[in-house]
Amino acid sequence: MKINLSDLHSGHISGYSSYFYTGGRTLEPGRPTAVFIHGAGHDHSVWTLQTRYFVSHGWNVIAPDLPGHGHSAGPGLKSIDEMAKWVLAVITELGARHVMLIGHSMGSLIALQAAATAPDQISRLALVGSVAPMPVAAPLLDATLTDRNKAHAMINQWSYAPRAQLGASSIPGLCLTALNERLMQRQAPGVLHTDMAACNAYTEGFDAAAQVRCPTLLLSSAQDRMTPPKAIEPLAKAFTGGAPLTRIILPDAGHAMMSEAPGAVLDALWNFASTPAQPTWAHQ
Amino acid sequence: MPIHRNAGADTLALHAGQTPDPVHHSRATPIHFTTSYVFESSDHAAALFNQERAGHVYSRISNPTNAVLEERIAALDGGVGAIACASGQAALMLAITTLMGSGGHIVASRSLYGGSHNLLAYTLPRFGIETTFVAPGDLHAWHAAIRPETRLLFGEAICNPSLEVLDIPAVADIAHAARVPLIVDATLVTPALQCPIDLGADLVMHSATKFLGGHGVAIGGLLVDGGSFDWEGAAAHFPTLTEPYDGFHNMDFAEESPIAAFLLRARREGLRDFGACLSPMNAFQILQGIETLGLRMQRHVSNARALVAHLAAHPLVESVAWPELDSHPDKALAARLLPKGCGGVFSFSLKGGRPAGSTFIEALRLFSHLANVGDAKSLAIHPASTTHFRMSPQALLAAGITEGTIRLSAGLEDPSDLIEDLDRGLNAVQKAIAR
Repeated sequence: MKINLSDLHSGHISGYSSYFYTGGRTLEPGRPTAVFIHGAGHDHSVWTLQTRYFVSHGWNVIAPDLPGHGHSAGPGLKSIDEMAKWVLAVITELGARHVMLIGHSMGSLIALQAAATAPDQISRLALVGSVAPMPVAAPLLDATLTDRNKAHAMINQWSYAPRAQLGASSIPGLCLTALNERLMQRQAPGVLHTDMAACNAYTEGFDAAAQVRCPTLLLSSAQDRMTPPKAIEPLAKAFTGGAPLTRIILPDAGHAMMSEAPGAVLDALWNFASTPAQPTWAHQ
Repeated sequence: MPIHRNAGADTLALHAGQTPDPVHHSRATPIHFTTSYVFESSDHAAALFNQERAGHVYSRISNPTNAVLEERIAALDGGVGAIACASGQAALMLAITTLMGSGGHIVASRSLYGGSHNLLAYTLPRFGIETTFVAPGDLHAWHAAIRPETRLLFGEAICNPSLEVLDIPAVADIAHAARVPLIVDATLVTPALQCPIDLGADLVMHSATKFLGGHGVAIGGLLVDGGSFDWEGAAAHFPTLTEPYDGFHNMDFAEESPIAAFLLRARREGLRDFGACLSPMNAFQILQGIETLGLRMQRHVSNARALVAHLAAHPLVESVAWPELDSHPDKALAARLLPKGCGGVFSFSLKGGRPAGSTFIEALRLFSHLANVGDAKSLAIHPASTTHFRMSPQALLAAGITEGTIRLSAGLEDPSDLIEDLDRGLNAVQKAIAR
């Protein structure tokens, strides 16, 4: 669905037409809402094999294209804080209740910051392929500015486990790395650099984690070279505000786990969304 | 913009799409001879049907062996994915019906494989889809033939059997200016010699029966999507991809995946409803062929070059159509777009017309007289009386075929033996003329 955010009252949102994937259904009052936030240089479609299940199982789904991405107009927002405020404004504007925020990579930082900024609005938080801080390697950051194709190749090389590098896709007939490359090519010039720079500059992760009160899932992949599971330890320890923490590490995927292991990611998210919160730590 | 390959073409030909079977550790791709797949639960079944989860339901829609083949050809061609079909004809039909219905219009090269020409000229009009045929090298004609209802441009990378070379970058530009995709039949080149998507094409189809398989034992087709065409940017042209589809959960395929919308619709509707799926046994056999594709295509090219050189110098040969010859109008284009060679298929015309052609073919011993190309064994055919027999004399001439045209598919035999066989045929013609 397309919604013109120029009608929004929130002053910190610029008035550009924005797009939200809802699983092909109208949002229904009274349903809990899962908000899926994509990562750098992506759009809503990275969540296609998780969102539809939520929609058909009693949830509303809002998977936005962040400003400047996919079908959403305007320049890319320059900081994680701006993006978090934009997401919160969307949640408010769409009247979403019982909100579970799910973010991947850069989207996980946005979700974390949003949950810290408005703890009363967020019921659950799922950080997929996350670390904080999220420093971006200098060669990659440079490439996003000077040579997009090189940047895309680097991202693909680091985002997929060896199994997916040569195919053996979990989605019959699709080449995951090629699909990802085309998706990144489809984004407006400059957006990937803006996103990566925002990730690189975000230093408030530990403070944000300390303010989170809701049940939180940290979902990692054992073969993730962008955000390795070990690197999430400091962030996990920063959830000192009483948020019940669930940690899951998927064995057979890399950073692009939503397409590499779509069923396992869905199961992890769905189980987290639908069971009472209690701290757990699991290798799947 | 070409997709970055994770490995070289010969490596992809052996490995793309497959890792050793995690249960039994089979190195070769297992043949999944099964019609259907056990659901874990009712919820799992519903999720698979509603495309909430990825996986296999029924082998008409997808099959694990076929999926390896689909990923492998997509990786080689620089596409985002592919669909394996029962034949090359099925692949072409799947592409067309995914993009248009009655009222749609295609602009196609007039130099096409006879089966493709039949489909476009005689069969599809019965279903309300018209085609305008143009000379493949006449860029103005391509542009001029486009109508408001045009939904697809179609040509062969190397035309069969006239051997004209399609200027893919130029025709792709014409297509994209009109916001329609270009599909290229790359059967005669294979990704070992040319990747049309890298040159600007949006879709590629193969008759995998030919060089991809290479063994002449399995019929199959492949449809590859480059993932670069902006369907939503041309939404009014492609409602099948950009509007909710009643026939599949009201899915708007481009909303689900802006990149893979075409493949989603083609699989979820085209394979489901038209049913032209590939047998997993055929998929396995074609995979075996692709493993040696790079090596074989080098030999096909070198043997073709040797045969062309021999025929071009023979006094009984009127002309040889081969883009690497100085006499071919597309020589410069071929050098630019096909630097690794122009494949293993070429045609030539004998002095003496149809009788000379018959005498020649019937005298051959190594070359098999049959309706195929791209076998490891060398093949010969007389197009005017076989593959292109439904075409009028005018259409034949326009497609570069005369009554005396012979099409050869150079196999992998020792070139000296093939030349000896050609000489046997030519000597028979010489004797017939002398009588």
